Amino acid sequence: MTNPARSIDLDATDRQIINALQGGLPICEHPYAVAATELGLQEDELIERLQALLESGALSRFGPMYHAERLGGGLTLAAMQLPDDDFERVNAIVNSFPEVAHNYARDHDFNMWFVLATETPERIGETLAEIEAATGHKVYDMPKSQEFYIGLRLEL
Amino acid sequence: MMDVSSEDLALIEIICGGLPLAARPYQVLGERIGMSEDEVIRRLQNLIDGGVIRRFGVIVQHRRLGYTANGMSVWNVPDQRVREIGQAMGRLPYVTLCYSRPRHLPDWPYNLFAMVHGAAREKVLEQVGEIAERLELKNVQHDVLFSRRQFKQCGARYGCKGKVDDEPCTLN
Repeated sequence: MTNPARSIDLDATDRQIINALQGGLPICEHPYAVAATELGLQEDELIERLQALLESGALSRFGPMYHAERLGGGLTLAAMQLPDDDFERVNAIVNSFPEVAHNYARDHDFNMWFVLATETPERIGETLAEIEAATGHKVYDMPKSQEFYIGLRLEL
Repeated sequence: MMDVSSEDLALIEIICGGLPLAARPYQVLGERIGMSEDEVIRRLQNLIDGGVIRRFGVIVQHRRLGYTANGMSVWNVPDQRVREIGQAMGRLPYVTLCYSRPRHLPDWPYNLFAMVHGAAREKVLEQVGEIAERLELKNVQHDVLFSRRQFKQCGARYGCKGKVDDEPCTLN
């Protein structure tokens, strides 16, 4: 499932909305009204613009991002070094695992990188072993040791 | 770890698809799971305060907005300096994520990862060069891995746990 690079034009108001709301939506009875006031907009206009941004694909959704470990789940980043002529076969196998959240090909000897998100921490090791067995290739487990920054905000 | 009750899990599940675009979105969510608006707001705030929800905001599709190049910069820094260097990297404006991870010697010597975004590969490379310069890491072994194809995005969902900030769908 590739994601075609397609550039969407945003006007200044859209950029202002996205920049402001990447940081958070108010948690109160009328969150859009509060956010709109801060942005100098009407509530209706903010809702309409958010709807349009979702429909155009500029925003994927809005809502919460969870902390997997605090929900009791497991999370890791894993990588594989695959020969080019075996990449597609392994890719299909890896993507068939429901625990694989996302998967990227990268330009490097370590050319496949995927994230595992599992319901329990124990399932991480089991899933990695299952992927190794199913593909016949080594999987390098690269769990996070320390976290220094999670910004996820880009000024647009 | 904070206790997450079954009511919290019901809320987490219902909010996965996004906040409704209605004047009182928390009331709409509450109606779907038999919870009052007040309770939704209180529980949600509690989940944020407890760190179960890391962030509650709009999720941007960077690629669609022209940030088509993302480079995973990887660095082999001395273990005793990884924290200091990681924190300094995380403060740079174009670094969106910064973590340490274990090495896999001899194949994989890198222990520090910083995600760098830009409109083009050249820009990302320029920014990685700037990291090396500013943090005096020019002599430290490093590399940049550009993503070529994305195969799966946010496939893992059990409840909402696949949607995690740690390795965000839109930013890998």
